[in-house]
Amino acid sequence: MEKKKTHVEDIDRRIYDIKNELNYSFKTDSGLTKEIILEISREKNEPNWMKEFRLKSLEIYSQKPFPKWGADLSELDMDNIVTYIKPNTQIKHSWDEVPEDIKNTFELLGLPQAERESLAGVGAQYDSEVVYHNIRQELIDMGVIYTDMETALREYEDVLKEYFMKLVPPTDHKFAALHGAVWSGGSFVYVPEGVKVDIPLQSYFRLNAPGAGQFEHTLIIVEKNAYLHFIEGCSAPKYKVNNLHAGCVELFVKENATLRYSTIENWSKNMYNLNTKRAVVDRNGTIEWVSGSFGSKVSMLYPMSILRGEGARSEFTGVTFAAKGQYLDTGTKVIHAASNTTSTVNSKSISKDGGQVFYRGLLRISKNATGCKSTVSCTSLMLDNESKSDTLPIIEIDNDNIDIGHEAKIGRISDDAIFYLMSRGISEEEAKAMIVRGFVEPITKELPLEYAVELNNLINIELEGAIG
Amino acid sequence: MSKNILTINNLRVKIDDENKEILNGINLKINKGEVHVIMGPNGGGKSTLAYTLMGHPKYKIIDGEIFFCGNLLNEVKTHERAKMGLFLSFQYPEEINGVTVEEFLRTAKTALTGEQQKIIQFKKLINSKMQELGMSEDYASRYLNVGFSGGEKKKNEILQMSILNPKLAILDETDSGLDVDAIKIVADGVNKIKNEENAFLIITHYNKLLEYIKPDFVHILLNGRIVKSGGVELANEIDESGYEKIRNEFASI
Repeated sequence: MEKKKTHVEDIDRRIYDIKNELNYSFKTDSGLTKEIILEISREKNEPNWMKEFRLKSLEIYSQKPFPKWGADLSELDMDNIVTYIKPNTQIKHSWDEVPEDIKNTFELLGLPQAERESLAGVGAQYDSEVVYHNIRQELIDMGVIYTDMETALREYEDVLKEYFMKLVPPTDHKFAALHGAVWSGGSFVYVPEGVKVDIPLQSYFRLNAPGAGQFEHTLIIVEKNAYLHFIEGCSAPKYKVNNLHAGCVELFVKENATLRYSTIENWSKNMYNLNTKRAVVDRNGTIEWVSGSFGSKVSMLYPMSILRGEGARSEFTGVTFAAKGQYLDTGTKVIHAASNTTSTVNSKSISKDGGQVFYRGLLRISKNATGCKSTVSCTSLMLDNESKSDTLPIIEIDNDNIDIGHEAKIGRISDDAIFYLMSRGISEEEAKAMIVRGFVEPITKELPLEYAVELNNLINIELEGAIG
Repeated sequence: MSKNILTINNLRVKIDDENKEILNGINLKINKGEVHVIMGPNGGGKSTLAYTLMGHPKYKIIDGEIFFCGNLLNEVKTHERAKMGLFLSFQYPEEINGVTVEEFLRTAKTALTGEQQKIIQFKKLINSKMQELGMSEDYASRYLNVGFSGGEKKKNEILQMSILNPKLAILDETDSGLDVDAIKIVADGVNKIKNEENAFLIITHYNKLLEYIKPDFVHILLNGRIVKSGGVELANEIDESGYEKIRNEFASI
């Protein structure tokens, strides 16, 4: 019985833990210098304004202090991080042309299969560059653009000039500045006015090299009356040295448009995940975040919605699961900058085996934004006595004409509930898994089926890990 | 094959972090086809006995033995006891969010039988059992006990019992808080699955249930011991004169 369980766990972990031999065509030295930045820019053959942007960002980076709140980042040493590793391949549009080992990795992660069955387009990044990108012809015919950022910079330079790091400027914080200096890869999506993309697009970010950083940039513009569901997946094998992920996501949701942005993140437990995500929403537009944070050693991640048009809406649904050795500081920020805007936040956190979760949220309602509605709910479940959980939901309100509901609950898994399930023949591990799956059910039901299954699998892996 | 289902020898139990002994020397034998009733005032140890039989980790056995179908139960984990054929209908069933009654019961039935329960067949089974208990079909897709009234929770326990089909069912005050109609439904549920191969241990405060389920034995549990055993006449005696008389009789214990 026990043996079988260990067996299952090994198979599942192996999927995420596959390490390929390093095979790159170009790689910078570790650390962060002006020379390295110039090397990256030269290697990418970028326009001058982008090179200047990188250098300016580096300057800001060196002036900004590390954040004095949240996670302990003292072990993160930028001198030991390689910021740019170009895999030994060009971007391909057919999986058959992708190098065998890289293709096999994505096969195991299920990406080509998902593409055949349930996605309208896929991007796959491996270390610093996108190695595969494809989109269905009918979307191209409707004017949808889905490509890697390097291609976008060549083909849609004007658009990038207008939007790139305008929502998350390098001055925002230290890791936004870092991103501005060393960004590489990522996805660019443009959905024209009135176009509804019924089937999701997905980008997958895989970091294979030890001691490396991944700094992909995602820029999505959804025009008036358009619809898009974008899915982002991330994973990496585990190494003894620290890895760093400081991506940046900028989402522009225009009038009456809807964007659903789903993430299932399963970085390995040597990863510092310091990611910045932000959406700005125009009149009657909607941003929906679905966020699953499972991996990384340290995470600081607070997707932000800026509701700047009247009647704009944001919905955040998130689950965070911290096991041994993990400190996951996650949450969401909502800025109600216009009248009659609405937001809901539903966050669930789980901690076990000494893992720590911290919910950190901000809800701000500006002075002139009247008639706004918001509901914030954050609950956490601790599976044992060693694990920790905190919540810090900050609410700043500058006017009276609003309607806000807030609820925060922290609790330990109930021995009586486990006993009740066990009294019906269900083992202790399965009973716990059942309670946890039930706890996150409001989130799984928001996900497309395959991702709901993946989320449940991740929960099972985490819980089985406790026994083996 | 022995007719014996449960044998308890000199069972002494205390609660985990406390020193107070709650059960101090219980002896009981239950054979196939028998219905036993345990009555007694609050705090006498009735629920402790039920939890101990099912293996709640909070209750520690200091001394004595529990045999179930000839196997020593003392160290057996709760879910293994269930697989052996033991069932407890809870006095206060837990609420489990996000897990539907049907999903839960299908998982439980699969665990108990070792056979994967087919979705459509299982749905038929649960629907027919719910109909018998006067439960509407939509309970199957509701979260386990969440938002159920007291009576609905108890019916749900009986539903689980009738699907899991145990060898020995312990009913811990399943009748308390129920109106007469609900008590009848619970009794019907018990009578339907009662046969020559299984047995019941019914813990109750009241006689009402005994109008519908005929017990073979009635035991009075007082201060952690079974102080008196008899037939249904013992229940009638309690009904007339309360526990006061028995308390006085056994004041020295």
